Amino acid sequence: MTPPPAKPASARASVYALVGNPNCGKSTLFNALTGLKQKVGNYPGVTVERKVGTAYTQHGQPLTVIDLPGTYSLAARSPDEAVTRDVLLGRRTDTAMPDRIICVVDATNLERNLYLVHQILDLGRPVILVLNMMDVAEAAGLKIHTSRLEHTLGIPVVSCAASTGRGLIELKLALSRPDLPLSRHAWDVPAAIAPAVSELQASLQDSDKKQPLIARAEALLLLTDQDSVRVSGSTPLSPRTQEILSSWEKRWAADGTDWAAALVNARYDSIGRLTAEIIGTSSAPSGPSTSDRIDAWVTHPVWGWIIFGVLMGVMFLSIFTFAGIPMGWIENLVAAFSGWVSGLIPAGDFHDLVIDGAIAGVEGVIIFLPQILILFLFIGLLESTGYMARAAFIMDRLMSKVGLNGRSFIPLLGSYACAIPGIMAARTIEQPKDRLVTILVAPFMSCSARLPVYLLLIAALVPDEQVPVGLKIGIMLLMYALGTFGAFGFAWLFKKTLLRGAPPLMIMELPPYRLPKIRDVLLQMLERGGIFVKRAGTIILGLSIILWFLATYPKLPDNQPEGDPLAHSLAGRAGHAIEPAIAPLGFDWRIGIGLIQSFAAREVFNSSMGVIFAVEESDDESANELHLRDALRAAERPDGTKLFTPLICLNLMVFYVFAMQCISTIAVVKRETNSWKWPLFQLAYMTGFAWFICLVIYQTGRALGY
Amino acid sequence: MADLVTLSSLAVGTSAVLREFPKQGVAFLRLREMGLLPGTSVTLVRTAPLGDPIEIKVRGYNLTLRKSEADHVMVEPAAGTATK
Repeated sequence: MTPPPAKPASARASVYALVGNPNCGKSTLFNALTGLKQKVGNYPGVTVERKVGTAYTQHGQPLTVIDLPGTYSLAARSPDEAVTRDVLLGRRTDTAMPDRIICVVDATNLERNLYLVHQILDLGRPVILVLNMMDVAEAAGLKIHTSRLEHTLGIPVVSCAASTGRGLIELKLALSRPDLPLSRHAWDVPAAIAPAVSELQASLQDSDKKQPLIARAEALLLLTDQDSVRVSGSTPLSPRTQEILSSWEKRWAADGTDWAAALVNARYDSIGRLTAEIIGTSSAPSGPSTSDRIDAWVTHPVWGWIIFGVLMGVMFLSIFTFAGIPMGWIENLVAAFSGWVSGLIPAGDFHDLVIDGAIAGVEGVIIFLPQILILFLFIGLLESTGYMARAAFIMDRLMSKVGLNGRSFIPLLGSYACAIPGIMAARTIEQPKDRLVTILVAPFMSCSARLPVYLLLIAALVPDEQVPVGLKIGIMLLMYALGTFGAFGFAWLFKKTLLRGAPPLMIMELPPYRLPKIRDVLLQMLERGGIFVKRAGTIILGLSIILWFLATYPKLPDNQPEGDPLAHSLAGRAGHAIEPAIAPLGFDWRIGIGLIQSFAAREVFNSSMGVIFAVEESDDESANELHLRDALRAAERPDGTKLFTPLICLNLMVFYVFAMQCISTIAVVKRETNSWKWPLFQLAYMTGFAWFICLVIYQTGRALGY
Repeated sequence: MADLVTLSSLAVGTSAVLREFPKQGVAFLRLREMGLLPGTSVTLVRTAPLGDPIEIKVRGYNLTLRKSEADHVMVEPAAGTATK
């Protein structure tokens, strides 16, 4: 067996892949190695984050580092894990097979972490083993003989504490070694299985054209996971290999060999012998750990809920209160910029396109940023401290009632602020179907853009100030409750029908609590914010310009200056055009225009109503609101009856609860599901449901004489 | 050999040695790869406030799994401990 050349081609920077279990501190190490020199994108075809950075060896040589998604095993079960497996096996066309592999393990939890290392050593590639969190391990009284480990495995082993930077220089020295020794990775494949491994390996080499070591690793994976389709992923097995595999499976089924278990057991046996040799405890761990003591509170039947409630409350309040400040800045900044540009371009269509189309469109995108960033900051903090896993732990039972697992909770909660970060946060959900269901129902949660609409309609609905405030709050809460029930109801329905699948797994590590790495959290927050602005932003900008166009053209003829330009525009005509569809809900064409314009952002309804009912604007916002409220209450249908009756106001609110009216969300769902199919489905089912519910409410209300 | 009970029926705080483990299923493959093997000792740390899932300590780390999975894992309670 000839080892592959350890020395990478000098034409390009050598490529290192960073792999490890979740929670092993891999991202912290990646950030420490690459600093801000990283690029975040997506692996084509799947929504898995692709992080690539540039690091420098101790001698100043640049090298490329790919941060592969964390996994416990190469027998992948989620799309993220499949990416790690496929990159390491050289299956992905978009990512070249890494020259070298940096395996990061949590030194406090060597046995389980070494399982993945054991699988990776099978690949016969140059590997550097990083024992991370050595500081924590030492504090816990663990003594790890790294030199003995290095000797036994035959590969460089670096002790490290990525959070404090300890061991980084040693790691960079190891990175700059021109040649790395290959592991003497000798372990005995169980006798019952060994012949099958050789036979599969031979077939994978001959029929599937794999390199010898890759073929062996794949043969071992095929004998770990019973589902060969899952193992082979995008590169289906050749008929011959498939045949060999099934004939062995039949033979083993007949003689009762538990083949899948045999391999995992053999690996753990080999790891057990290794760790017995290298780990010594200087002091026996005494009593419950800090994490255990924290968990006694955090997962307590009473205190657990209180802590959970307080944390979620703080998160929510921060999003609503703190985000308002930078949102004000953005508004002022955009206003100033737009004023400046306005002076540069002579009045005319191009002027309007730039000011009302492009700049207003961009504002529509970035105005969401403060909320998105704050939510990501909280999610990052919750993840980085280890609380996120506890939140999923205590919420799992409730979420399981609708067929989801605890991990869906935070994305749904976040969607009360804005569905966009909520949908992006759904990436933490492992099972693709659960993730999709969460994404599909997230926009039912009443987001902050609906709030101004609710407030306006409640003001129009409940006329005077003498009415107890409780009634207004009650209506508001009713809307939030409706959205929440809608989300859970549809989640249940989808899990029963369209996206039926295996009951979601809830096998999750509860990592020890750690102090958050502020740098990592901020970096991740900025990266995700950047993704939103860049990718979703382009779609949103395009659609905003289209919406502007619809609301502007065609213009009023010059001989008719008294008419309403909006009514004359395509949007206005569209309002008329959809009137037959919305008339059964009690909405007329003027409300129709508001509904259409709400696609830019739901709160645009208010300004849209302001234009349609010709409310004079002043600088005093609260006065504007009162004027708008009075204008709505004064609005009449052609037959002289009131347009905004209490029933219509209520119905309109219900419509806003359920309908999908947000192009930003559509753009993000498109990005997160990687197809137009799901956002369009979402648009159809949510708006369809809203229409149906409003039809029932209006017709029932009318029949009852309201 | 002592009587085997399900992992989910252990009382909080008790330890046991894993004996029988289902051969099929994604969940059990993953549990096995995470170190739950016949002969591994586990401790039931707690159950979630609503009774499900459960949290166990295995090979020095904490893992949560649902009762629907734990029901199929047979363990031998350590001597002198009781099940609920």
